[in-house]
Amino acid sequence: MRIAGYLTLLILVACVSVFIGVKDISVWDIFNPDEEQALILTVSRIPRTLSLILAGIGLSISGLILQQITQNKFVSPTTAGTLDAAKLGLLIAFLWIPQAGLFNRALLAFVFTFAASLVFLNITDRIRHRNIIFVPLVGILFGNILSSVSSFFAYRNNIVQNVNAWLVGDFSSVLKGNYEVLFLSVPAIFITYLYANKFTVVGMGEAFSRNLGLNYRQVVNIGLFCVSVTVSVVVITVGAIPFLGLVVPNIISLMYGDNLRKTLPYTALFGALFLLVCDIAGRLILFPFEVPIGVVVGVVGGVLFLILLFRRR
Amino acid sequence: MIEVKDISRSYGEKIILDEVSVSLPKGKVTSLIGSNGAGKSTLLSIISRLLKQNGGTVLLDSRDIDDYKTRILAQHLSILKQANPLDLKLTVRELVSFGRFPYSQGRLTPVDEEHVDRAIRYLNLQDIAGQYMDELSGGQKQRAFLAMVVAQDTDYILLDEPLNNLDMKHAVQIMKTLRKLCDEKGKTIVMVIHDINFASQYSDFIVALKDSRVAFFDTAERVIVPEVLQKVFDMEFKIVETEGKKICNYY
Repeated sequence: MRIAGYLTLLILVACVSVFIGVKDISVWDIFNPDEEQALILTVSRIPRTLSLILAGIGLSISGLILQQITQNKFVSPTTAGTLDAAKLGLLIAFLWIPQAGLFNRALLAFVFTFAASLVFLNITDRIRHRNIIFVPLVGILFGNILSSVSSFFAYRNNIVQNVNAWLVGDFSSVLKGNYEVLFLSVPAIFITYLYANKFTVVGMGEAFSRNLGLNYRQVVNIGLFCVSVTVSVVVITVGAIPFLGLVVPNIISLMYGDNLRKTLPYTALFGALFLLVCDIAGRLILFPFEVPIGVVVGVVGGVLFLILLFRRR
Repeated sequence: MIEVKDISRSYGEKIILDEVSVSLPKGKVTSLIGSNGAGKSTLLSIISRLLKQNGGTVLLDSRDIDDYKTRILAQHLSILKQANPLDLKLTVRELVSFGRFPYSQGRLTPVDEEHVDRAIRYLNLQDIAGQYMDELSGGQKQRAFLAMVVAQDTDYILLDEPLNNLDMKHAVQIMKTLRKLCDEKGKTIVMVIHDINFASQYSDFIVALKDSRVAFFDTAERVIVPEVLQKVFDMEFKIVETEGKKICNYY
């Protein structure tokens, strides 16, 4: 399918997403909504759909960039400690500067995420045998260490439940006024696209990049910066969504290859589409209740990922 | 000309290169030979600024390589490392196009496209240009990488064991291409090579490294003699001449 096809599909699914919910709003109401319907649309439904699209694009692209930088298809925000670092940052903000606004909390989450990404990269650089499975295992270990630090502080302050709730991605609480920080991921995604060619070269390794006259360190740092911005704003607004950054880039890579200039738009659109569909499913399965999106993505993504793994053999 | 001046490099206590100096002539094929751990690859990496030396300088056309901007240097000198760990799903043509990266940063101009086409033809890759790298055999892969370097169009081409893992037929193919690049296009080729017979057949000059130093540097003709090789490798050599070509027998 071409880009235009994905785009049309995305718009269609996004429309479907807007019209699903407990309050019945039909397509015709959009032209002549009563006051309540207008309120629900602008305060809840449209922000929700928008944040799904942004998070879907952002997390998929972040996964792809991490995979390029580590030269490992199994690395993603979930398996590189990125999500755990963002969570730790949020917790610290929550404990030490409780009056901090959304933006400041996102900033602290960003600082932690960026630092953790640098540390993770440093660890993988030192691994002698860069085995394809070993690197993400180290990432998961690293993430668990960060997570246990979070648990420690959360336990001492009796907020274990709050912290665990952050971990489970949830779009039902997205409302106008509390999700706008997500738009910070837009410039990050844009920069990623500008650097697409350079990230392809980075994916071929440091020696290869140097041969082609690329400033390797600089491009890696820009990549980590974009990933950290995106992941931290997603975690702070909707929570962690596992597997998305792993499955989407891998599916696109299998279908369209690894030339990022060509495949980046596919990864972005497919990521958004995937998340929207999972969210719709999550809202319909137990209607009028919701299955948290993290669970749906985890199950669908996990199954897809297993299929991918077996097909690679 | 590449002038290596007093280059030293050590890893911890272990000295790999000890004030090595050598001038590699322009427009010739020069092979670096020596036992494992003699410092051949390290020297090649330092010349191509992939590795930093502890002391000494490398001059490329009388200018310190550290004074070149990375991007400009990449238009003069290219390096192909052994075993390029390419896991990425790129087509041959996409890979070759990246050879133009130092010039266009990825946005190919018509001139770049022409270079890419020519490089693909030069290595006879037309038929598989659209295939993904991970579908190719070792020989085809190596040719694709070489095509990328040809597209990069640098005066100096450095190769670290270009024949690694290739069967005889493909090894000969690669060496003939390198010879052609030198003879027809005037490229300077510098390579690390393990097979002494390939070094002897295809190089103009040979640098023999031993114990972190340059043991011998001369024309291939004069290095491929039993006395020299015995000193370099610490083993018996017999040299047989057939049809005017020297073949080393060391088995």
